[in-house]
Amino acid sequence: MHKTLTHLERLEAESIHIIREVVTEADKPVMLYSVGKDSAVMLHLARKAFYPSPPPFPLLHVDTTWKFKAMYELRDKMARESGMELLVYQNPEAAEKGINPFDHGPLHTDMWKTEGLKQALDLHGFDAAFGGARRDEEKSRAKERIFSFRTASHGWDPKNQRPELWNLYNARKNKGESIRVFPISNWTELDVWQYIHLNDIPIVPLYFAGKRPTVERDGMLLMVDDDRFPLEPGEVPVERSIRFRTLGCYPLTGAVESTASTLPEIIQETLLTTTSERQGRAIDKDAGGAGMEKKKQEGYF
Amino acid sequence: MADNSTTQDPIYVVDELIAQDIDAYLDQHQHKTMLRFITCGSVDDGKSTLIGRLLYDSKMIFEDQLAALEDDSKRVGTQGQEIDFALLVDGLAAEREQGITIDVAYRFFSTEKRKFIVADTPGHEQYTRNMVTGASTADLAVILIDARKGVLTQTRRHSYLAHLIGIRNIVLAVNKMDLVGYDQSTYEHIVADYRTFANEIGITDFVAMPISGFKGDNITTPSDNTPWYSGPTLVDHLETVEVDSTLDQAKPFRMPVQWVNRPNLDFRGFSGLIATGSVAPGVAVRVLPSGKTSTVSKIVTFDGELDNAVAGQSVTICLADEIDCSRGDVIAVADAPPEVSDQFEATIVWMSDEPLHVGRGYWLKLGEQMVSVTVQEPKFKVDVNTMARNAAQTLELNEIGVAEIATDKPIVFESYEQDQALGGFILIDKMSNSTVAAGMLHFSLRRAQNVHWQALDIGRRQHADLKNQKPAVLWFTGLSGSGKSTIANLVEKKLYRMNRHTFLLDGDNVRHGLNKDLGFTEADRIENIRRVGEVAKLMADAGLIVVTAFISPFRAEREMVRAMLPEGEFVEVFIDTPLDVAEARDVKGLYKKARAGELKNFTGIDSPYEAPADPEIRIDTTRMSPEEAAEFIVNKLLGDL
Repeated sequence: MHKTLTHLERLEAESIHIIREVVTEADKPVMLYSVGKDSAVMLHLARKAFYPSPPPFPLLHVDTTWKFKAMYELRDKMARESGMELLVYQNPEAAEKGINPFDHGPLHTDMWKTEGLKQALDLHGFDAAFGGARRDEEKSRAKERIFSFRTASHGWDPKNQRPELWNLYNARKNKGESIRVFPISNWTELDVWQYIHLNDIPIVPLYFAGKRPTVERDGMLLMVDDDRFPLEPGEVPVERSIRFRTLGCYPLTGAVESTASTLPEIIQETLLTTTSERQGRAIDKDAGGAGMEKKKQEGYF
Repeated sequence: MADNSTTQDPIYVVDELIAQDIDAYLDQHQHKTMLRFITCGSVDDGKSTLIGRLLYDSKMIFEDQLAALEDDSKRVGTQGQEIDFALLVDGLAAEREQGITIDVAYRFFSTEKRKFIVADTPGHEQYTRNMVTGASTADLAVILIDARKGVLTQTRRHSYLAHLIGIRNIVLAVNKMDLVGYDQSTYEHIVADYRTFANEIGITDFVAMPISGFKGDNITTPSDNTPWYSGPTLVDHLETVEVDSTLDQAKPFRMPVQWVNRPNLDFRGFSGLIATGSVAPGVAVRVLPSGKTSTVSKIVTFDGELDNAVAGQSVTICLADEIDCSRGDVIAVADAPPEVSDQFEATIVWMSDEPLHVGRGYWLKLGEQMVSVTVQEPKFKVDVNTMARNAAQTLELNEIGVAEIATDKPIVFESYEQDQALGGFILIDKMSNSTVAAGMLHFSLRRAQNVHWQALDIGRRQHADLKNQKPAVLWFTGLSGSGKSTIANLVEKKLYRMNRHTFLLDGDNVRHGLNKDLGFTEADRIENIRRVGEVAKLMADAGLIVVTAFISPFRAEREMVRAMLPEGEFVEVFIDTPLDVAEARDVKGLYKKARAGELKNFTGIDSPYEAPADPEIRIDTTRMSPEEAAEFIVNKLLGDL
């Protein structure tokens, strides 16, 4: 009765084990849901972990109000389908000050995402939050534990991480501490795509190529998703066949010209391109070589 | 050989298949297996360079990352204008400043056959805990040696830790071969050195290969620089070595219950990750620790019910009967369940700045069980550089020791050697909540609740394990009156005080019983030694450290006994006392009788003594007191026993 497990089967089993472990050890867990492809895989794994029960925790979307329309649509559909409660949090302070990516640059990410996340977690008293980060994404992630602790002020201390042995996770926390848990830590970008393909997991249509109105700025192709996009004098949106390799706030996320309209074609294109995934996002480029590590110490997920 | 470090063939030329037939490529990727391995070595051994090379050759580095790498190499690199692969893997800002790797980082790459996860851990002694952490999930360890330096203390430490944590597949990568001119004898000398050491600590098998991480020799393709080497390249070996999960499936079924799945009154399932074995509907199971039995009715997953499930899969199992079962319980095959106990002996690796407090309560997590535990004063701690066992009152950061532990309620367990999932544990400080130690259970000190104890095949290994020692025969040889029995007695007393299980076979006492039919002719003397050898062997099989004190004058008989025992267990101790000194002592008056012709065939007088040419230990009794000699012998053996 010997069965050889493939790497995806082993990864899936590991992720399910992690997700179940959090549910039994944490008082009030939540799954951060950003509607991207990694979130899609994480949500699917959660549904598998508890089937036939629905996952016994809510989804939390920390909304910047600047996500693509298609993302909001899929978000609501997936919450319905999974039978999970969907919590949407928008930082009231950012809303009041009218923080937006066009006028405020990095402050936009800081206020809506970083601060918004902290506020949402504090508001609901969540002590464990699932995130879809992978170790292959970025150098500082490669060293982060699967169960990663945050101080009461949501800071990360990379030098004071708990050793993680075998598949034994220590989820005991001190007063005020909370845990970020990364169930797909050991997945690569290719694994994520392949898993979506094999399991037919719904993803935002923007990952597939389509004719969309775009403008080109600073070498980035930006999609004009609604009329909040301020066009510069003389700028006229051009229809291009584009798709997104990564989805963030629509004015901050660059598109690529592409005709890849099926998952195998997307995977093909991903593998043949020579730039890494996160290059399309402005966020990693701040603060030099240690950008992400610095952001995480400040409380970015 | 290519002229620089960046023009080697990559591991995996993906482009063609991806471009031409993406479905075929995806099919191939989908069916890959996974190997997790750890690289052990210090900064100077070229560890980060090797990992960087593996990532680079398997095209896991994108153009923008490469541009950043080239930029970094010039700015802070240590390879001049060449690409410093090490920079790819030194992730945290603090590490880049200090130029060392200080934590565990995980890297990913894949080839046509496998996906790999590499745990990259630091090599210095102060990072023992990091290495143990990285090793805990590894199927294989790559031990790196700098060809210019050979087997060093750190090599021993890394090997010991890899072996301790139960890694079966060891690769000895003799690196930087380019810096020793690809010299075959240098390589072979290092491998021979390593083999001697590996045998001493119980590593029975390893695969050695000459490589250069910097130049790329024998990493992906056989190197022209080492025509004398016909073994696999590093990547070949990583792609084909058998993974532990295969072995886990062959063991009896065990699944620690993680979560009880109860969506409604009609469904009650037990969710968990199968630790060992396989299971199918209809299989009779037993729930531990209660011992209640039932039958698997179905195996439920999101993708449909399964006909069978194996170790490594996360499933939900439904049982035919309504029996108590909750998180922490273990569902096991009914006729071969694991043990339940509350007192154990365990090896503990201390991982906290705060030392072990003997008698204080800690949380112990094993499988899905969490109990309160106290740790006794360690029996000893192990010097990870020499493997010597030293006395210890406590364990400090990075120290490894053996101690007894007691849990506040019985837990379901197996020996770590048998089953890592039910034998490996962590200790958690109740005040700080930090993970302070990792441990490996050896055995139960008593059978608290013995639920259908399964008969084991008890072999010499089990006997020795139970005594927590390596059997040996300390074979004292020397002239009559040389001091053999006196020193052997002292040695046995010292070993006894150190909790070793010993037995002394003495020339006189054996001849009064077992060998009373034998005289002192040459034939009888040979038969005497043969019988003593056989008895010593049986006792060693029983796990004992046997001390024998016989004149045993003939080299051939001593070699005969040596051949009876597994390599390394026969320790020849030559008590070297000159004939005139022994005769002058003549404690029993035997020399006098022999000189007078009253004793025939007396060794040294009218029968020869063939001194050992190359004994493991030689004692010159004209320069050492018996007490000093015994101390010397015990110290010399301490690391091995």
